[in-house]
Amino acid sequence: MISLRPKQSFAIPLEAETISPDAFAGNPLSHIERLPVVQGNAEATLGDFFFVEGDAGDVIRLEGDFSRVKYIGKAMTRGRVEIQGDAGMHLGAEMRGGEIVVHGNAGDWVGAEMRGGLLRVTGNAGHLVGGAYRGSEKGMRGGSILVGGSVGNETGCAMRRGVIAVTGSAGDLTGVMMLAGTICVFGSLGIRTGAGMKRGTIIALAGDGGPPPLLSTFRFDCAYRPVWVSVYLRQLRQWGVSVPGVGMRGLYRRYSGDLVELGKGEILIWTSP
Amino acid sequence: MGELRVNGVEIEDTYAEAFKMRAARAVVTAETSAWALTAGMVASGYATSVIGCDAEAGIEAELAPDETPDGRPGVSLLFFGFSKEALGKALVNRLGQCVMTCPTTACFNALAIGDETVKVGGQLRFFGDGYQSSKKLGERRYWRIPVMDGEFLCEETFGVQRAVAGGNFLLLGVDQASTLVAAEAAVAAIRRTRGVILPFPGGVVRSGSKVGSRYKALRASTNDAYCPTITALTRTALPEGVNAVYEIVIDGLDLPAVETAMRVGLRAACRPGVVRISAGNYGGKLGQYQVHLHRVLAGP
Repeated sequence: MISLRPKQSFAIPLEAETISPDAFAGNPLSHIERLPVVQGNAEATLGDFFFVEGDAGDVIRLEGDFSRVKYIGKAMTRGRVEIQGDAGMHLGAEMRGGEIVVHGNAGDWVGAEMRGGLLRVTGNAGHLVGGAYRGSEKGMRGGSILVGGSVGNETGCAMRRGVIAVTGSAGDLTGVMMLAGTICVFGSLGIRTGAGMKRGTIIALAGDGGPPPLLSTFRFDCAYRPVWVSVYLRQLRQWGVSVPGVGMRGLYRRYSGDLVELGKGEILIWTSP
Repeated sequence: MGELRVNGVEIEDTYAEAFKMRAARAVVTAETSAWALTAGMVASGYATSVIGCDAEAGIEAELAPDETPDGRPGVSLLFFGFSKEALGKALVNRLGQCVMTCPTTACFNALAIGDETVKVGGQLRFFGDGYQSSKKLGERRYWRIPVMDGEFLCEETFGVQRAVAGGNFLLLGVDQASTLVAAEAAVAAIRRTRGVILPFPGGVVRSGSKVGSRYKALRASTNDAYCPTITALTRTALPEGVNAVYEIVIDGLDLPAVETAMRVGLRAACRPGVVRISAGNYGGKLGQYQVHLHRVLAGP
C-alpha cells in the first residue's frame, strides 16, 4: 500500500490525475514522487506536495485534507483508493474499474462520466455526481456511486447506465437529461427532478407522504411493487448502504416521463405500506 | 465384488448408465410460496424424458425469501437438454408460457455465466411490444416486461453447464404397495440433496423403457424384462416373488451430485418388501457415465 500525506495546505487546487493505482502500481517511490501534477498554470510533481510512503501496490491511502486535489483516481481501471479526509472535484472521473472510498466529503463531478467500478463517499458530495461534462452527450456509463450524505444539483446528468444511491437528500434537477440507469434517493428531492429524461429510473424512497414536486410532463401510471427494485435494494445493502427495511415493502407510485422527450423514463415514489 | 445386502435387501452388482447433457438453473420467485410452487410445477411439467419431451426438468428446491435475489419466496428449477440450443428453446418456451403467465412471478438465472449461455429474458422481452425496458446491475441484465398485474422480471441470459442425466436404480419388490413406499422414501431422501432433480411424476417411474421397439416408429418401448405380468412370456430379469418394480431416475448438475443422490436414495429404499435393487443400463454402449451401485454405496 502507498500512503500520501500533504506536506502543507495549499490555496490553489492541484490537478493530480496521477494519483491512481494504474500510475502507481509496480513503480518505486522515487518514480511515484516524480509523477506530474498541475497547480494553476505551473507543472510540479507529487513529491513537491505530498509525503509518499509505503510499498508499490494496487492500494493507495490518502491521509489528510485532499479537498483541493482534483481528479483523484481519474480513469483508473483497478485497485483501490482510500481517502481519510475530504476529496476534491472530479473524483473518479471517467474511472473504469476498482474502488474509491472517501471517508469524508467530496466536491463536484464525483464519478463524472465513469464507466465502471465502485465509488463511495461517506459524507456529502457536490453537484453533478455521475454527470456529463458540458458539451458531452453522456454522463456516467456504468459502475456504481454510493453517497452516504447528501448531494447537490444535477445528479446523474445525462447518465447512460449504472447506479447512483444517495442516502441523504438530492438537490434540483436530479436525473436531468437522463438516458438510462438508476438513481436512488433516500432523502428529499429538489425541483425539476428528471427534466428532459428519456429513459432510466429515479427512485424516491423518502416515504414522507407527499410526492416530490414533479414536472407537469410526468404522468401517473399506477401504484405497484416493482420486483427489480427489491433486487437493487438488496444489492445496495450488500454494498453496505443503509436501506430501510420498509423500502422492500409497500408500493411505488410510477410516473412516466419526461413526456417532452421520449417519455420512457420513470420516477418511482415509494409510499409506506 | 461379492454379494452386498443393505437391511436385508440385495444390491445387484451392476451400474446405472448416465448421459452427458446440458443444464440450466432458474430461480422463480413470487409474492407467495404457493404461487412460486405453482409456477415451478407448471414450468417443469411434461418434462420427464427427452425421449418424448423437449427437456427434462424438475423442482430442485423450495427457497426461503433470504435465498432469492428479490427477497421473495421461490423455487429453484433445473432443466436438462441434449444441446445448448435445444435447452435454450425449451427454456424460452417454458418460462414464457408457464412462468411469465403466472401471477406475481419473476425469473432469475442461478448458474454461473461461463462459456455457454442462452438468451431467455432477451427473447421474452419482445412480448413487451416495445414497452419493455431493461436494468443492468453489474454484469446482469434484467428485462422488465409490462403485464397486467405489473411487470414480469426476467434475467436476460442464463448460464448453461455440462451435466449428467439418467442416474437411476430399480426397486424390485414383493408387491406394489411396499415397493412404492420404498420408492417414496428414496424420493424424500434425494429431495433433501441439492443439484439434482427427479424428472418423473412424484420422482418415480413405473414405465421403465428399453431402447427400440418391434414397431419401427418407436425409439423406446416397455422394459419387458422388468414387467411382472409377462414374466412367463419374456426373458425376465425378475427373481421369483417379485411382483412390482419402480425406477428412480436422477438428473444432476454433475456426477458427484448424481452419485450422492443415488447413495442416499439407495439407502433409504432398503426397506421391508424390497427384494433386490438393480439399475438400468445399455451394456455400457450408450451412456458416457457408469455409476456402479456397490461403489456408490461404499461412499460416505
